[in-house]
Amino acid sequence: MIGSRAALVGIGATEFSKRSGRSELQLAAEAVFKALDDAGLAPSEVDGMVTYTQDTNQEISVARETGIGELSFFSRVHYGGGAACATVLQAAMAVATGAASTVVCYRAFNERSGRRFGQPDARLGGEPSSQGMEMSWHVPYGLMTPAAWVAMFARRYMHAYGARSEDFGRVAVAMRRHAATNPAAWFYERPITLAEHQASKWIVEPLHLLDCCQESDGAVALVVTSVERARDLRRVPVVVAAAAQGAGAEQMMMTSYYRDDMTGLPEMSVVGRKLWEQSGMSPADIQTAILYDHFTPFVLSQLEELGFCGRGEARDFVADGGIEIDGRLPVNPHGGQLGEAYIHGMNGIAEGVRQIRGTAVNQVPGTRNVLVTAGTGVPTSGLILTG
Amino acid sequence: MTAVTQETVHQLAERQIAVGEVRGTPAADPVNLPMIRHWTTAMGDANPVYTDEEYARGSVHGEIVAPPAMAQVWTMPGRGRDEKGGTPVDDVLAALDGSGYTGVVATNCEQTYHRYLRLGERLEPATRMTGFTGPKQTALGEGYFVTWNVSWYSSGEPVAEMLFRVLKFRPRERKPQSGSSQPYPLRPAVNRDTEFFWEGVRKGELRIQRCADCGELRHPPGPLCPKCRSVARTHVVACGEGEVFSFIVHHNPPVPGLETPFVVAVVQLPEGVRIVGNVVNCLTEEVSIGMPVRVRFVQMDDELTLPMWAPGGS
Ligand SMILES: [Zn+2]
Repeated sequence: MIGSRAALVGIGATEFSKRSGRSELQLAAEAVFKALDDAGLAPSEVDGMVTYTQDTNQEISVARETGIGELSFFSRVHYGGGAACATVLQAAMAVATGAASTVVCYRAFNERSGRRFGQPDARLGGEPSSQGMEMSWHVPYGLMTPAAWVAMFARRYMHAYGARSEDFGRVAVAMRRHAATNPAAWFYERPITLAEHQASKWIVEPLHLLDCCQESDGAVALVVTSVERARDLRRVPVVVAAAAQGAGAEQMMMTSYYRDDMTGLPEMSVVGRKLWEQSGMSPADIQTAILYDHFTPFVLSQLEELGFCGRGEARDFVADGGIEIDGRLPVNPHGGQLGEAYIHGMNGIAEGVRQIRGTAVNQVPGTRNVLVTAGTGVPTSGLILTG
Repeated sequence: MTAVTQETVHQLAERQIAVGEVRGTPAADPVNLPMIRHWTTAMGDANPVYTDEEYARGSVHGEIVAPPAMAQVWTMPGRGRDEKGGTPVDDVLAALDGSGYTGVVATNCEQTYHRYLRLGERLEPATRMTGFTGPKQTALGEGYFVTWNVSWYSSGEPVAEMLFRVLKFRPRERKPQSGSSQPYPLRPAVNRDTEFFWEGVRKGELRIQRCADCGELRHPPGPLCPKCRSVARTHVVACGEGEVFSFIVHHNPPVPGLETPFVVAVVQLPEGVRIVGNVVNCLTEEVSIGMPVRVRFVQMDDELTLPMWAPGGS
């Protein structure tokens, strides 16, 4: 079992901005240095590196830039933001098997000032790869932005369960409320009301602008090593109690519209089952959840897939501040990707670590176990972190 | 459409608005019981005040009256009946037709009734054009909103009014910028596993992959049958009907080759598979889950035809 063999011992990040003014490689290197300093480890002690297939910085480039020497393990995880928690899974597997002793996971991009994922790219459908063929059933009709792909699920979800735009809006309001007291957040001191959510312009119906996460420049790095080694380091170890990836049957990249049911996230159900099984925990054991929030509707779906509430009941779960700091399950106390920054889910893992350490700006009292998820609508991953 | 032509249509519209109210052809027949009976039967309106003389005598009206909503009925020109004079709107609509804005959809109809009509009254319509805006980008395509008001008079007394607005649009399938052969920018990748589909679309057939061994239907298609592993592929031609399973209305950001807002739907086919495509020829707010749709093949440029969906079932 992968559970409780590895620990997160360092986290580091650049500032989160709309224009970093420096290269993605520099952002990566800065975040790695901060994570290693946080862990109290020297670059020479690192022998493994993991990132996303989408990251433009090769592992060897980041290693060169940061003075990390020899590597005995390097790996990349596919499927966009779905890779976030899987980088830690890969690192934990490497540590557990002896493939590496200390692994750095990183994600760095200029996603606002450089290539913006939300902009249509006519080349998406043109590639003769299996993914290009998949896109070719959608891109010619202009169905080609993440917001549009998610909106198609959201409409069906609303139809099936009677959810309304206001229910999605409550997620946005909660995330912005959390971000408002997080100085690292782009939306620090800028909370929103449900009325503002409703009045924000349409991006793709049924999604308003305020249902969509930010576009951000920045980088986050994490350091993973064995639980034994972690005990000798300066920080309270944050144990990876469980780590899992998941893809569902009939899975596509954001467009799994051909399954019988279009109202859920079966890939997150796979992740959830693995996490509960590995950790021996249940939803009742989780005090704080970091749920991937690129678009609000999938926060509702995740609550259902992970078992925090029943199918179609998430709108009741998020009502009355249910996912706010003092609610029944505080979600994304840092403000998430809607409020803090869109670093492809890696900033959420860092927040999970802070919540276990007890050092978060919006600390949830009594947090012992945190569940973290990665990108939704794509093959995904998740973690349970524990003290 | 060139700026010059736009200017001309606007100028024509302004002139026609300035003309003010123009009397039309008086009703061929006075308000009469047989027509009221036809109309109320068709509408399912059983109120006896419209048809039962005795009942009507005892009502507040003291006699038979016509349903107010019939106002327009009395002066409607019959089929093939030549309407001399016409209305100030006719020239504008004709000019739009001539410029390629051949599509038409009614967007507003608001009627006001001043009083009930009695048997024997003969109505006279009068039309004034009151609004002209455009060109606007709509889900149906680029178009102009044309508004006019009709008043009905009985012996010079106004008895009913109507505001009517239509969108005259340039249908999407007539590619804009006629003459230019700009290739449509959003192209599918096509390979040996999917070329049968695109070949079918060019011939006006919506093809669904079918396993030649076990008969399994599949969309999107692939190289083999996941059910029985057979690589013997064939296809069936879908009946062309479907139902909206889910849909989106795309507003932002702009998408190359398309005018926003546009609708994309996941369409459930009676054959048992789903397919994605645009919903066209209707207003975005009219699209709903469960709406019956029918395939139509839209030529995007010299090489690419896409299957799209328009309202309407069997
Ligand atoms: Zn078969």
